[in-house]
Amino acid sequence: MFYREAGDFSTTYQQDSQTFPIKFDRYRYYIVLAVAFGIIPFIINDYWASAVFVPFLIYAIAAMGLNILTGYCGQVSLGTGGFMAVGAYACYKLMTAFPDVSIVLHVLLSGFITAGVGVLFGLPSLRIKGFYLAVATLAAQFFLVWLFNRVGWFYNYSASGQISAPERTVFSIPVTGPNTEAWAKYMICLVFVVVLAWVARNLTRGALGRQWMAIRDMDIAAEIIGVNPLKAKLTAFAVSSFFVGIAGALFFAVYLGAVEVGEVFGIQKSFLVLFMIIIGGLGSIFGSFAGAAFLVLLPVLLKNVLVGGLGWPTDLAAHLELMIVGGLIITFLIAEPHGLAQLWRVAKEKLRLWPFPH
Amino acid sequence: MKLKLTALALSALMAAGPAMAELVFPSLSYRTGPYGANGIPFADGYADYFTLLNERDGGIGGVMTRVPECETAYNTEKGVECYEATKGDNPLIYQPLSTGITYQLIPKVSADGFPLHTMGYGRTSAANGKIFEWVFNYPANYWDGASIAINYLLDENGGSLEGKKIALVYHNSAYGKEPIRTLQELAAKHGYELLEIPVDHPGQEQKSQWLQIRQQRPDFVLMWGWGVMNQVAIQEAANIRFPMENFIGVWWSGSENDVIPAGAGADGYKSLNMHNIGTDFPLYDDLKTHVYDAGMAAGAGDQMGTVLYNRGIYAAMLAAEAAKTAQEIHGTAQINAAQMRDGMEALEITEEKMAALGMPNFGPAFSVTCENHGGSGRAKIQQWDADTQTWTILTDWIDSDRSVIDPLIAADSAAYAAEAGVEERCN
Repeated sequence: MFYREAGDFSTTYQQDSQTFPIKFDRYRYYIVLAVAFGIIPFIINDYWASAVFVPFLIYAIAAMGLNILTGYCGQVSLGTGGFMAVGAYACYKLMTAFPDVSIVLHVLLSGFITAGVGVLFGLPSLRIKGFYLAVATLAAQFFLVWLFNRVGWFYNYSASGQISAPERTVFSIPVTGPNTEAWAKYMICLVFVVVLAWVARNLTRGALGRQWMAIRDMDIAAEIIGVNPLKAKLTAFAVSSFFVGIAGALFFAVYLGAVEVGEVFGIQKSFLVLFMIIIGGLGSIFGSFAGAAFLVLLPVLLKNVLVGGLGWPTDLAAHLELMIVGGLIITFLIAEPHGLAQLWRVAKEKLRLWPFPH
Repeated sequence: MKLKLTALALSALMAAGPAMAELVFPSLSYRTGPYGANGIPFADGYADYFTLLNERDGGIGGVMTRVPECETAYNTEKGVECYEATKGDNPLIYQPLSTGITYQLIPKVSADGFPLHTMGYGRTSAANGKIFEWVFNYPANYWDGASIAINYLLDENGGSLEGKKIALVYHNSAYGKEPIRTLQELAAKHGYELLEIPVDHPGQEQKSQWLQIRQQRPDFVLMWGWGVMNQVAIQEAANIRFPMENFIGVWWSGSENDVIPAGAGADGYKSLNMHNIGTDFPLYDDLKTHVYDAGMAAGAGDQMGTVLYNRGIYAAMLAAEAAKTAQEIHGTAQINAAQMRDGMEALEITEEKMAALGMPNFGPAFSVTCENHGGSGRAKIQQWDADTQTWTILTDWIDSDRSVIDPLIAADSAAYAAEAGVEERCN
């Protein structure tokens, strides 16, 4: 009834190729943006920022990054945690070496540095694919974590090997360090998410994205129709690592403030982000958000219900949380192997016919 | 989903709303994960001591205590969540029992104004109260631990470690790396050779590390381990037949959980300890009457008398005594976090005080001052007897080598002060 193309006429080519061709979707998108920018910053508190929104937004960036590589270009990567560590340590080195430069620039530069590292570790993808590539990226994961643990230069030779983010400001409002207000933390992450999601959406529907998808669907066929696999695969690694690097930099500087590489950027992080895109939906920007929301918010929700609401012992709640999240993942994947994004697509199809299905 | 979450969290917040007239001691515990075996007894001891105070004395100074628990699983992200979840509850003191979470919390508590007590863990240079206003690590810290272990070895070897080879098996994290600098300085002073052997989190796989030890044949092995890493290391040491009496763990590597899995092979293993062990204290009679027999013991109620349970009790006792001191200083029973900090800074633990609490000679006597947040820096050595399944205290309190540690603390805290822009206090 509300959700249909009928009556919504495109009069220009721009309108014809817009991201949200249905009016209802467009308004929904603007409303989400308006709430995110106009309402949440005014009501957010420390708990909501640190436990819910900031991790959700940062994981959404990382999931988008991995989705570009795995979902759009078909290259499986288990090195996400390692690449996030590159972003975090690049950001730390830049923050401490050039304290007067804006943190936004540092975060972007960390993304570019990670992109360079990503391309380097993407080189094996030219020869191997599938599980073999996953193992090659797994090597990147372990090597990078080992490197940041081993070489003192990366953590400025601090006694503990920890890196901690000094205070940095944007428009003289602190966004890193302990004096950061909840809304400032949230806003800096939100701005990065919105810009990067816009970039990702437009990259993936442009020529580059089509090349990635051609490689994903069948690399020999893609090569025959003129897609350069070297360029397509390495750009996918570069763009993906850029996103993941920014996520790592924000994770360290804005979210945690102090990081120990083995614990924070270990193999679990790689798996977590991979699960996010599998549950959310491979090859979908919305899926990245949905997957990040599912895996970040659900444990916090369960904990609040079981411990805060029902008053159960914390250890029982923690074990149940694992079981419930695991059970839900399996249920979701059985019900919809293509993830939450596919559920969303099906729902939209049904909505178009509602209330008069055939 | 978000809406639902909002509603649920709101109702949770309201349920746990600000209740007046209580002293809140949040317990960021971990009863799950690879470190759970060590987290459980500590959390139980911590909770049971406050239950005892409530049941026997009606709280502290007439105000009931409350210990809300939050599960961190030793994970820094969950630690942040727990901190944010509890900080609106007027907490008096944070004790996260994790060096990683401590590093996260140091800047946060300093900005928000909550005392952080990291008893024998955390950032060693926080012992310098001039720089770290809100952080305390009495009664002893890692560098004390390293120095005490070396002093003990010096004693055992007739005052000289010249030409000896000492290996440090450590958890490859902030926690395990802490003692390295001290051990290096001490190596230069005493002429031993230091072999650094890292073990990655969580430490279930240590074959290569112990192979290296077998090849390099160190005279002594020190260990900075935690959780499952301890059990594996002791088992591996037993497997390569390393003489257990030459294997010394820090106080976090010396609980029953760590040695029992290795069975008879663990016999003779030594570790440091910062408090006494066993149930042979009058306090335990009170605990039995008021807590255990009343069915109010925390957790499964099966940890009484273990090393880490006693440590939980010790941590709770120090917190409660600091709260009492704060109540005396400020003349009010319902203290806040800032007043609690003053109490911690004026804390004085004497033999008489411990005896009055039913814990004679439980820990070292020490006092905290504005400059010194680190206490006396003493520990004992204990040894495991696999036949009787008990620890035995071997020595009296051993002092650490302050001439080496104090300059290191001054240097490291000065580096922090420069990084974080902190002014010196207490002048």
